[in-house]
Amino acid sequence: MTPLLEVNDLKMHFPVREGIFNRSRYFNRAVDGVSLHINPGETLGLVGESGCGKSTLGRCIVRLYQPTGGSISFDGSDITHLRPGALRPLRQNIQMIFQDPMESLNSRHTVGEILEEPLLVQGLGKGPERAARVRELLNIVGLPARSVSRYPFEFSGGQRQRIGIARAIALNPRLIVCDEPVSALDVSIQSQVLNLMVDLQKEFNLAYLFIAHDLAVVKHVSDRIAIMYLGRIVETAESETLYKEARHPYTRSLISAIPIPDPHRNVEREILTGDVPSPIAPPAGCHFHPRCPRAEERCKVEYPSLELVGEAHRSACHLNNQLGASADSTG
Amino acid sequence: MSEQPLLRVDQLVTEFDTDEGTVRALDGVSFDVSPGKTVGIVGESGCGKSVTALSIMRLLPQPMGRIAGGNIRFRGQDLATLTFAEMAHIRGNHIGMVFQEPMTALNPVHTIGKQLVEGLRLHKNLSLEEAVKQGVDILDRVGIPSPDIRMSEYPHQLSGGMRQRVVIAIALACRPALLIADEPTTALDVTIQAQILELIKDLQKEMGMAVMLITHDLGVIAETCEDVVVMYAGKVAEQGSVYDIFDRPAHPYTRGLLQSIPRLDTQPKSRLSVIEGMVPGLRDLPAGCRFENRCPLASEECRQKPPAEEVIADGHRVSCYHRVSV
Ligand SMILES: Nc1ncnc2c1ncn2[C@@H]1O[C@H](COP(=O)(O)OP(=O)(O)OP(=O)(O)O)[C@@H](O)[C@H]1O
Ligand SMILES: Nc1ncnc2c1ncn2[C@@H]1O[C@H](COP(=O)(O)OP(=O)(O)OP(=O)(O)O)[C@@H](O)[C@H]1O
Ligand code: SF4
Ligand SMILES: [Mg+2]
Ligand SMILES: [Mg+2]
Repeated sequence: MTPLLEVNDLKMHFPVREGIFNRSRYFNRAVDGVSLHINPGETLGLVGESGCGKSTLGRCIVRLYQPTGGSISFDGSDITHLRPGALRPLRQNIQMIFQDPMESLNSRHTVGEILEEPLLVQGLGKGPERAARVRELLNIVGLPARSVSRYPFEFSGGQRQRIGIARAIALNPRLIVCDEPVSALDVSIQSQVLNLMVDLQKEFNLAYLFIAHDLAVVKHVSDRIAIMYLGRIVETAESETLYKEARHPYTRSLISAIPIPDPHRNVEREILTGDVPSPIAPPAGCHFHPRCPRAEERCKVEYPSLELVGEAHRSACHLNNQLGASADSTG
Repeated sequence: MSEQPLLRVDQLVTEFDTDEGTVRALDGVSFDVSPGKTVGIVGESGCGKSVTALSIMRLLPQPMGRIAGGNIRFRGQDLATLTFAEMAHIRGNHIGMVFQEPMTALNPVHTIGKQLVEGLRLHKNLSLEEAVKQGVDILDRVGIPSPDIRMSEYPHQLSGGMRQRVVIAIALACRPALLIADEPTTALDVTIQAQILELIKDLQKEMGMAVMLITHDLGVIAETCEDVVVMYAGKVAEQGSVYDIFDRPAHPYTRGLLQSIPRLDTQPKSRLSVIEGMVPGLRDLPAGCRFENRCPLASEECRQKPPAEEVIADGHRVSCYHRVSV
């Protein structure tokens, strides 16, 4: 199967301005050599701590940002260098959903106008057809038809996220980059939205890049998961494999840090010390080495590449071969 | 919960004046915190968790907010009736608080040291020198590297996790008997959350203090709390030991909540159970049970009159006409 999306060695280095000449001597290496692919109808989960570059990667893929290196191809064609004017056909195929729908929904427009906008921009359909499509979209995401004339602030967080989803699927895209779509929602509302997203995926064969920091949520919706640390992917595998046979010490600590809603479980957890370092001056060698419980001398100097450690399972750690797959990281 | 509670919140009613009239954010909230124990307060956004904490601390926004009924007994003394000066003595000294927003809890124009030393001098009557020494000690204790250097730094110079450690250090500097922590880890990454929760547990053991932990994360509750209070729309739906709540949840809301969380061992892409609909606003609360419009078991009775709280086992209390027995 040819992947729907293929990202190769992608880089997004933001210049850090300073001094009176406003020259940038430093770069924030928010995304620093990421490769990944997503197949049609598949969900790739992307997990990592705050500031590791998840949103930046997502924004490069939908081409809200112009990456500073590497390539992105969609359905076989290279979209890395499309000029803003040439992005319109791409928008039909790739859409994005944000954490806070309030920020992305124009608050002065009614829900009807918000949902009609992508159709107008693409010059799709006549007035009555567009109105029918708007009603259909509301119906798909489970909002009442009378929502058309209401404004976003009249809705709850969960309902606003439904509006964001309706807008994202308006053009029948093939890939949606979902940036923390349920992070701001209460658990009882979160499950409603997650179910909706899974249903839509099955119905329309949608592919998702699902960005979140809650590994339990990501594991629930993803076929495969990529773990990101300081601008790089450190491990990727099928969801079940990643959770049961995590290799990378960072993935293991991440899994072990998840609070489990079961009071009978007495977890001896491996607590990471220290904070996530800055992507402006990332540690040499393996970026994770200052926090890694297993770090050795070479970890401090040499960057480990992402290597195959099992079927469709890759990990970037010098100790890949010593950290056996059998060790259950969740204790 | 048979021993004398450290804190007893009894039928607490808290109201706010707003442009559109008075709203009742808490309507008869009761629970106990025993000495040395951790009580978790859980519930969805807007259910009244922070207002409960602010009422206990007597820090409701003025002049809109007020305690309109009930009492808050801390070591037998009713905090709801104390004067401002009396309350200022209790706050920080006997009850420490970690606020939901770590940045608002720290004053950006003062150094960490100044903010830490202030409370110690005020409450413990220490000399500057002694207060600084104790301040450095507590920073060290919460895991801040080079604490003496950090004393002269400003909050913006610290990472999110470090700031939260500082906030905890300030709350604990006077060794309070009770720590109220409002979502102390919500803004932090899981690996940092694990560090902070571990820290609170360690300090609790060391100092023997009680903790009232506010969170919406049932995982955090299961791992850190002995007792749990489940709130819904300004009332307590159910309370009991952590085992009562997780093994024998009796309120349909508690059950719905527990069933709707994705777990690491559930089948990927399987349907999660949901609680349909959403929480009613404080201005259009139903006449009967507040969960009635979302409850799968709701009957006519539920729509008529709010259910009273019933004790179904030692310490396990439920407000529901159709509570589930397990
Ligand atoms: N437009 C921008 N200009 C300059 N720097 C940026 C920009 N966007 C992001 N960054 C920086 O890039 C790094 C990665 O940020 P990003 O928002 O991608 O992280 P994230 O993984 O999405 O984090 P979070 O979980 O907090 O959303 C951060 O250091 C951030 O400050
Ligand atoms: N100053 C105020 N004026 C009017 N209403 C208020 C005020 N402060 C809080 N409320 C209302 O009281 C209710 C409880 O709010 P509270 O902040 O306690 O919720 P919470 O449970 O802490 O939610 P979250 O999980 O979002 O922090 C909410 O409906 C809120 O709108
Ligand atoms: S490469 Fe070394 S430092 Fe990096 S994670 Fe592996 S063991 Fe740790
Ligand atoms: Mg982000
Ligand atoms: Mg709150």
